[in-house]
Formats: sequence, C-alpha cells, structure tokens
Amino acid sequence: MKCGVVVFPGSNCDHDCYHILSHILGQETHWLWHKEEVNLESFDLVVLPGGFSYGDYLRPGAIAGFSPIMNTITRFAKAGGKVLGICNGFQVLLECGLLPGALIQNQSRKFICKNVFVSIDNPDTDFTRSCGDNRVLEIPIAHHQGSYYIDPHSLSQLEENKQIVMRYCDADGNVSSSSNPNGSVGSVAGVTNEQKNVMGLMPHPERCADPLWPRTDGQIIFQSLISAS
Amino acid sequence: MVKLSFNLLFLLPKSTVDKPKKNRPDPEITPQIVKEHGLTIEEFRRILDLIDRTPNLTELGVFSVMWSEHCSYKSSRPYLRKLPVEGPRVLQGPGENAGVIDIGDGLAVVFKIESHNHPSFIEPHQGAATGVGGIMRDIFTMGARPIALLNSLRFGEWDEPRTRFLLNGVVDGISSYGNCTGVPTVGGEIYFDACYNGNNLVNAFCLGLVKSDRIFLANAGGVGNQILYVGSKTGRDGIHGASLLASSEFDETTEDKRPTVQVGDPFTEKLLIEACLELFKHDWVVGVQDMGAAGLTSSSFEMAHGSEAGVFMDLSKVPLREEGMIPYEILLSESQERMLFVIKPGYESEALAVLDKWGLDAAIIGEVIEEKSVRINFEGQEVVNLPTFPVVDGALDLKRELKRPAYLDDVVQVNLTEIPDITRGDTALKKLLASPNIASREWVFEQFDHMVGLNTLVMPGSDAAIIRIKGTQKAVALSVDCNSHYCYLDPYEGAAIAVAEACRNIVCSGAQPIGLTNCLNFGNPEKPEIMWQFQQAVEGMGDACRFFDIPVVSGNVSLYNETKGDAIYPTPTVAVVGLVEDQEKIMTQGFKKAGDQIALIGFTMEELGGSEYLKVMLDRSDGKPPILDRKHEKQVQSFCSELIQKGLISSAHDCSEGGLAVAVAESCFSYGGHTLGATLTLDQTLRTDALLFGETLSRIVVSFPEERTDEIEELAMRFPIDFSLIGKVGGSDFTVNVNGQEVIKQEINVLKEIWKTSLGSYAGQVT
Repeated sequence: MKCGVVVFPGSNCDHDCYHILSHILGQETHWLWHKEEVNLESFDLVVLPGGFSYGDYLRPGAIAGFSPIMNTITRFAKAGGKVLGICNGFQVLLECGLLPGALIQNQSRKFICKNVFVSIDNPDTDFTRSCGDNRVLEIPIAHHQGSYYIDPHSLSQLEENKQIVMRYCDADGNVSSSSNPNGSVGSVAGVTNEQKNVMGLMPHPERCADPLWPRTDGQIIFQSLISAS
Repeated sequence: MVKLSFNLLFLLPKSTVDKPKKNRPDPEITPQIVKEHGLTIEEFRRILDLIDRTPNLTELGVFSVMWSEHCSYKSSRPYLRKLPVEGPRVLQGPGENAGVIDIGDGLAVVFKIESHNHPSFIEPHQGAATGVGGIMRDIFTMGARPIALLNSLRFGEWDEPRTRFLLNGVVDGISSYGNCTGVPTVGGEIYFDACYNGNNLVNAFCLGLVKSDRIFLANAGGVGNQILYVGSKTGRDGIHGASLLASSEFDETTEDKRPTVQVGDPFTEKLLIEACLELFKHDWVVGVQDMGAAGLTSSSFEMAHGSEAGVFMDLSKVPLREEGMIPYEILLSESQERMLFVIKPGYESEALAVLDKWGLDAAIIGEVIEEKSVRINFEGQEVVNLPTFPVVDGALDLKRELKRPAYLDDVVQVNLTEIPDITRGDTALKKLLASPNIASREWVFEQFDHMVGLNTLVMPGSDAAIIRIKGTQKAVALSVDCNSHYCYLDPYEGAAIAVAEACRNIVCSGAQPIGLTNCLNFGNPEKPEIMWQFQQAVEGMGDACRFFDIPVVSGNVSLYNETKGDAIYPTPTVAVVGLVEDQEKIMTQGFKKAGDQIALIGFTMEELGGSEYLKVMLDRSDGKPPILDRKHEKQVQSFCSELIQKGLISSAHDCSEGGLAVAVAESCFSYGGHTLGATLTLDQTLRTDALLFGETLSRIVVSFPEERTDEIEELAMRFPIDFSLIGKVGGSDFTVNVNGQEVIKQEINVLKEIWKTSLGSYAGQVT
C-alpha cells in the first residue's frame, strides 16, 4: 500500500502515523507537505494526522481546510481514493466538506486523554473489515473538541447509509451516555462519507498499533486498509 | 524590601514612548531610577567602576536584568558550586541551557527543570503555559527533540479560596501549551499545603533526545558570523519579568504586575521546534541561545561572553509586533518563542529559506565582532556599548547572612505518647486516600496528552514515567520529588530525602539513576533564616548526590517565594533521570495477579513526624522527619533492582506519603483498569498508627508469584536485607490484620472510588 501522511504546520501525530505505517506495518509511506499540490494518482491512502494544525486558531481544522494540498486531496477523494482523518485530521475533513457534521468542545470543557472503548458499527468498510468478530476495540482519545454534532435528521440518514463506523461504548460493547467521553450525538466516534472511501475518527488508532504495548487494536484499521488495497 | 514601581516607561520623555525621536535626550540616572530598576546603590557604584562611566537608561536596563537574582544567581551561586556535577556519562553540566547525559548508542538525553512560580500565581494559565514553553526551548536549543514533559506543582490548601482557581488555571495552561506542541506530559507531582496559599509553585521539566555528537551550545564562534533572529515578533510583553517579577516577593501591588507576565503561543513554539531541528542538520549553524528571561539582552550578552567575542546588533532590524518601540523595550522584552542563532556568513539565504518554509519571522540583525563588547545600534545611533564581562559576570556573589530559624526548636519532637493510638485504621485510610496529597492525579493527567510520540511505556500514575528510546532497546525513567514538609522540619535531611526518594522511584521502575536536575524554590534570601534553609538544603542535596553517585547537570533557583512576609516551605524539587537498558525489564507499581505474594523490602519504625497521617487526622505538621539511613537506602534499592533484573517480581512500589497501608492500596488500584484486593497479615510490636501510616523511608512493597518465594527469601538472606512477607493479592476487599486482630476491612472498589474521584470533584466544584 502506498501511503501519504500530510504535514500541516502544527500537525503533531504525523511522525506517529508514519512510524506505524512504515516501521511497524512495512508500507511505502511518503510525507505530503501542505503547501504542495502533489500528484496523488499512485497513492492508495492519504492520512491526515492529529495535532493542532494552525494552532487550532479560528476553529480546529478551519485554516488547514484551505491548504493547497486539500484541493488535491479533495480531487483524490472524489475519484475514490481512500482518506483517513484522525482527530485533527477528522476536523479538517469536516471543515472542507468531505465528511458531514461538526466537532464541538467536549462536554467537560476539558482536554481528555485516555483509553476508551469503541464498538464497530459498520464492519463492512475498507477501514474496518479486518475486525472480524472483534467488534469492541480499546483505542485512546486525546482531544479538546471531539464532541460530534449533526442534526437529528442527518444523523438518521447517516445511520441509514451505514456511515457511522464506530461509537463509544463500554468494555462489553454497550453504548450509553456513561460510556460517551465527550458528549457526541449518538456516541459517534467515527464516520465515513456516502461512498465510504473517506473516514474520520476521533480515537487514535496509531497510538495502539505498536506491539510494544499489550493491546494493538488500532492495527485493525490499518490492516483493513492494507487488505483493501 | 524595595518597593518597585512598574511605571518605568513613564520615566522616559513622553514623546519617545509613542514615536521614537532621534537624538532624544536620555534622562539623567538618578538614585530613584536606579532603585526602580531593582539595583542597590552599591551595585550601581560597582557598575560605574566596571565601565568607568555612567550608563545610559538602556544600559541601566541591561544591568538591571542581568544582575537580577533571577539571571545572576548572586545569592545562590557560592552554594551551588558545591554540588557534584561530574560523572562518566556527563557530556554537559550546569552552565548551559540544560544538562546532557550520555545514554550510549551514540545518543544522549538533555534535561532541565525550571520554575515559573510568580507568573503562575498572577495569571495561572499563561504563567504555567509559558513555563512549559520556556523549558522546552532550553531543551531544543541544545539540538535535542523534546520527548517528555513533567511538572511539579504546589498549591495552597483546599480551603483557601484561590487554590481551586489556580489549580484549574495552571493545569489548563500546561495542557493547552504542552498538548499543542506534541510533547507528551508523562508525569509529575502535586502537593497542597497552606504554606503555598500566597505563592504557588510551578516547576516544569523537559527531556530531549539528541545524537551525542550533535549538541549545540550558546556559542558565537568566529568574527563575522551572522546573528539570526528567529521566531515571534518582539512586543512590549514581559518587560522586566526577570528583574522585577521573579526577583522580588509579593505584596499588595502583586496584581499590578500582571503586565510582566508573558503570553504564550504554543503553535509558534511547535513551528520553532521543527524549524530549529531542521536548521541543526546544517554545519553552518555555529550556536544558538533562546530568548528567555531578559530576552534579547541575555541571549546576546551570554553568547558573546561564552565565546570570548563581542556582538554587534542593529535593533532596527528586529521584527516588531508594535510600532514605536524604543531600544529599552526591544532589549528587555520577554516576548515568547524567540531564538537567536549564530550562523556562518554566506548561508543567510539558506537559513532564511528554512524559516520561511515554517512560516516564522526571521532576520539577520547583527554579527560577531572581535571586541569583547556588545554594541547595539538603533536607527543609526549607538544605544548600548558595554563590555561583556561586567554585564554577565560582574554581579558580586552576595555573602548573605545565615541564621538557624527559631521555629525549629518548637517543631522537632513529636511526643507519640500524647497521641492516642488507633484500634481500627479504616477511617484514617479512607481520609488519607481522599486527601489532597494522596488522592489519584487522574483528573490532572487526563488533561495532558501523555501518549503522543508513541514512547510512553508507563503511563502517569506509577512511581516513575518511562519513555522508550525508539530504535534501541533502551528507555529512560523520570521522576520528580520533594516532600517540602520534611524540608521545613529539617532542610538538610529533607533535601537528601528528596534525592533518595526520587532515586527509589526510578529503581522501582526498573531503571538506574544517571542524572539529576533541581529546582530550588525558597523564600526571600535577604532573610538570614531563609538563606540558612537554602544553604542546608543545597548541602543535604549535594551530600546525598555524592553518596548515591548522581551528578547534578542542570538546575534553577527561584527565590523570593513569599507573600507579605510569609515564606513557602523550602522546596528543593529534584527530577531524577534513570536509564533502562532493556525495555522488557521495566516494572510498574500495580499488583498483577490474584494469589501473588506481597512482601516488604526494608523495615518500619515508629515514625510519624511530618506525616500525612498527622496532618490529615490531627491537623499537626510537627515532628522530626523520618530518618534517612543512606547505606540502608542504597541496599534496599540495589536489592529491588536485582529482583527486577532477574525477572523475579511482578510489581514494585515505593512506600511514601500515607505509609504502608496507602502504598499497598495504590498497588491494588493501579494495574491498567483492573483492581485487585489484598490481605495483609502483620505481626508487630509497633503502634498501629505508625505501622499502617508511618512514613519510614527506604521501604518498597513488591509482589511476585508464590512459587518464587523461596528463591527471593534466600536472595534477601544472602544480600542481606530486611525482607518480610506481609500478605497476598486477591479478593474484593482490602484487609489488614495485625497480631491476629483485624484493623482494616474495606471493599477495594469503594476505596478506589474515594481515591480516584477526590481531586476531580474538588477541582470541579463551583463556588
């Protein structure tokens, strides 16, 4: 799989994504600098990593959404190329309209960094297919503005189209308000576009994909993508 | 204390503040102006002697910051010289931006701890944020990528109205700054005590990783090298932060000092990190210095002085945030996120291209000259011409008076017989677990991104944080520590205990201590009693470091931590860095499996002096701190280390605040999300309160599979070391039996809930 990891000024999980894709999973991985309009034709996957692009000034992802590279990525996505936005990358994808909805401040109004459980709502996407029967994953979150919001009508549309990929849950897979860390509507943790080639999620799969740690649930996302390419 | 006014700028003719005029008359330097600059008349006379003329106002400003306590260490320097700073792994000791220790494989770690106390009390969010920014710059200035942050925070007691505001503000400030830069905050400590009611402490630690042959120093190199200004534009913020804010105590005018607190921009810091690390790859980078305290002044003078050269700068070329800034302001501004590089001539455009890529302001503002002076022009006029030596090294060491404080006579002896012993420990245990200094720090570290970078092997909440070194089998362990209560009762022993305890934490995590950095927080050094505390603490720390063979490679002194005459307890915070050769051999404090044997390395004495138990249960903070038997401590540490290296044990946890009962309870709570019960069976002749909650030093609680018991006991006998089996892991209760009598029985989940939620519910309360 040929992957690109985008670097915006202020990206800070770019090295982590690169480490997992290249060093742990052995995939051909390239840096994509935000000012460049690279030809992405030969790429299988573009990752927008977490961090604080442009310092989160204005709104998280708002300024990065206007980066030159986002024109290229939008064309790439429209042509069916796979795009994965993690945390701040998710925020960028929302800002430039590649995904529906918005991310607002956590209910606690605090930054939250901890392991949470997510249940895979749609195991039939290129991002989730490797999960098999393992439908509850333990993945860390680390964000201040990760509470997903969309109006009720659009939410049911997402549900109908199976665009909700994962929801926050407890260790047994039960979705409830007590297992919702940030107040997201419908406990939504990750969504795709209608064509299901663009996914954004708040949890950080790259933070639990190195076998150095006892749990490597994050690998499921990357392995699914490798199998799909 | 000198009353300091913050209206220095009004001393200038009005028109110059708004619009700089050429050939403006310099105001006459009066004793009043000298005093306003925090300099004594003796110091002013010395300046006249050294430069053989009267300085102009801008030059007086330069002396004012450079000779301030904060920059010159004039009260502390004579004592600091006595700390051991050498060792086979030391690549750089004190004197540079940070210390450097070799960890093998061609790699080195760069680290330092620094205070940002006064700014954080006045404006907790920005004060703490810029403290984190400042310490990070100290690290990447040396060429290293910052990979871990820790902090040591001290606030007033929970009942003090301002404490909750300060706690929330400081945590929020660290969170917003550290998280944005992508450097994980992996651990730290928080204490609450009434002595910090009027003066909280924020000490920030950073560790970076560098190739051992690519370390950069504050070096200006040869004549003709170019001075390159990098980073944020210079504004009017933070003027006199070092001299007037950091070098005086608080009083009624404290609120007026808010404008001296700088405002941080972590986004620029992040860009600065990446841009600097990219610059450091080039051989044409000669030296670098961050513009921290005293801004452009200290960076230029120190760099020139360090390389026995001089510097010429044209302030007209400095990128400015505001119009109409005058040289005085440009030189003394403490605007954040700025660096001064020295590069070889001919590479200016290459350097500027790198900085442009990262969207940072940059300008060539001067060059290195032969004459050992700093000469500064502004709009074609020379505004400063000072030899480097008097400015950087001219401040005389002060031989401040020392006096043993009288309070020591009143607090030394706790008479245990007047304190009734207990028959049940349930209430005390619950109170201790919920108490400010023992309750879980989860509410705090969940607000810090402690995972970014993919190196955090042991998450916050164990004895030490562990950071792996990618590409090697190695890891580093980090711990900050200081029990200031002990230091108040006995500064010499208290400081030694801080060193011993930080090392014990490191050993419990499976590492060997390799270096130490300190942050010495004390009251007003002009008071002989404070200076005595300082001298005692530094001696205690030095002796302990020599005994445990740990070099002190960097540090920071923060004096004047008092408000309206009330000083904080002496707080010589230490951060110890340890090395793990094999990532497989790291250890954590949580019990791992039901059925495992629990044992105690070391022995318990009847010691309650200065304990959390006395404070929480009886509201007393007197007594003698527990005794540190250095040889015994070393034995305990090396035995624990051997058990870990041989792969014999499953957990190790240092016994500290709250004593044995609290240590075992913490081991029950802290294995990932799991909780395990435990039953302790103790046969003792000690008082029950001292046995359960006394804070005898040099004790480690370990657990291991039962079948290893014989092997471990035999090893202990051969060592020889005090080692006793005290109980078993398992069940859903925490039970303690002493001499056949049950003294504690509580559901472990109930205890965990108390411990886990206490700090968060305190911090979240709306008043």
